[in-house]
Amino acid sequence: MLNLDQLNEIHIDVLREIGNIGAGNAATSLSQMLDTTVDMAVPTVRILDINDAATALGGPENAVVGILVKLYGDIEGIMMFIIEQDFVKTALQVLLGEDMVQCEKLSEIELSAISEIGNIMISAYINSIGTLSQLNIKTSVPAVSVDMVGAILSVPAIEMSSVSERIIFIEDDFLSRKNQISANMLLVPSMDSLSKLMLQLGIDL
Amino acid sequence: MSSMVTIGISDMKIVKSADFLVTYALGSCVGICLYDSMTKVGGLGHIMLPYFPVSSQKQENVHRFANTCIPSMVNEMERMGCSRARLKAKIAGGAKMFEVSGDSTFGNIGARNVLAVKETLRNFRIPILAEDTGLNYGRTLYFYVETGTMVVKSFSNGVKTF
Repeated sequence: MLNLDQLNEIHIDVLREIGNIGAGNAATSLSQMLDTTVDMAVPTVRILDINDAATALGGPENAVVGILVKLYGDIEGIMMFIIEQDFVKTALQVLLGEDMVQCEKLSEIELSAISEIGNIMISAYINSIGTLSQLNIKTSVPAVSVDMVGAILSVPAIEMSSVSERIIFIEDDFLSRKNQISANMLLVPSMDSLSKLMLQLGIDL
Repeated sequence: MSSMVTIGISDMKIVKSADFLVTYALGSCVGICLYDSMTKVGGLGHIMLPYFPVSSQKQENVHRFANTCIPSMVNEMERMGCSRARLKAKIAGGAKMFEVSGDSTFGNIGARNVLAVKETLRNFRIPILAEDTGLNYGRTLYFYVETGTMVVKSFSNGVKTF
C-alpha cells in the first residue's frame, strides 16, 4: 500500500491538479450562488500533522463553520468545507437577506442554508473528480458544525489516521474581491483510495 | 512567576505548582488532568485514540493513546515525588463534532476515548473528581496546578470551572 513517505513530486503534482479541477467546478457553483466573482488560489497539497494544520487555518481556537461529507464507493475518505465567519455572514446576506447574523447561535434555517452551500460545492468538486477518474464516488448527507477549527480538523485526522499520525490534505482557498469571503476545501482520502485514484489516472506508484 | 505551558495533540507535560497548562480545541480528543495536591505537581495529557495498537510495527507515540498516555504520566509524576495514592483526575473532551445522518458509528471515537480514559484511571485507582465530556462541541482546557482547578472554554457554551 502507498505510504505518505513514498509520495514524490509527480504524485503531488497530480494531487494538486485534482484539487484544481475539483475546486474550479466548486468555485463556479459558489460564484453562481453568491452572484459574485470568486477567485481561487493554486491548491496546496500538504502532508501535515493536525497541530500544524490547525495553525495553518488561523490557529486552533479560530471559530469556523465546518461542513463534512463522507466519501464512499470507489473512494473512501472525508471531504470538508471550512468557512470563516465573514464568509458565513456574506453568504447568508445574499441567500436569506439577513444582515445581523451571529455565528455563535445560527438558527436552523441559517445552518441549513450554509450546509447546502457546502453540499453543492462538495458535490461539484467530487463530480468532476469522478468524471476525470471514471470512479464512482458517493457522498453522504452533509453534517455541519460551528466550532473551533482545531476541534473540527481533529475529525478527519482521527477518522483517517489509523495508519499514520499525519494526514494528506488537498487544500483549496476561495476568495472574492468584492465581498470578504475566505474558505477552504479539504479532501482527505484514505491511503487505499489515494493509490486507487493515482492508478486510475495512469500514475505508477 | 507563573508561566503557561501548551500541550499539543498527542502530547503530555508535567509541571510544578505555579505554572498552568493549556490544551486547545479538544474535539473528540480527551484532555486528562492529573495532580497531587501535596507536592503541587500536575500534568495534562491530550489523547487522540483509546488504545495503543498491539500489532503496530511502527514506533508509535505513547501519548496518542489513552491506555499508554496515563501510565506515562503517572510514572513521570512519581519520579517527581508524587504518590500514586494521592493522584486525582479531572477530564474533558470526547465530543461528537459531526452527526452524519445514516451513519451512527461515525464520530463515536469521542465516547470510546472517554471510556478508555476512565478504564485506565480505574486500573490505577485514580478518582475522577470532575468531568466535562461528550456532547457536540469543542473545548479548550486550562489546568491550574496550584489549585487543581480545571477551566473549560468553548465557542458557543461559555466558560465552566471545575
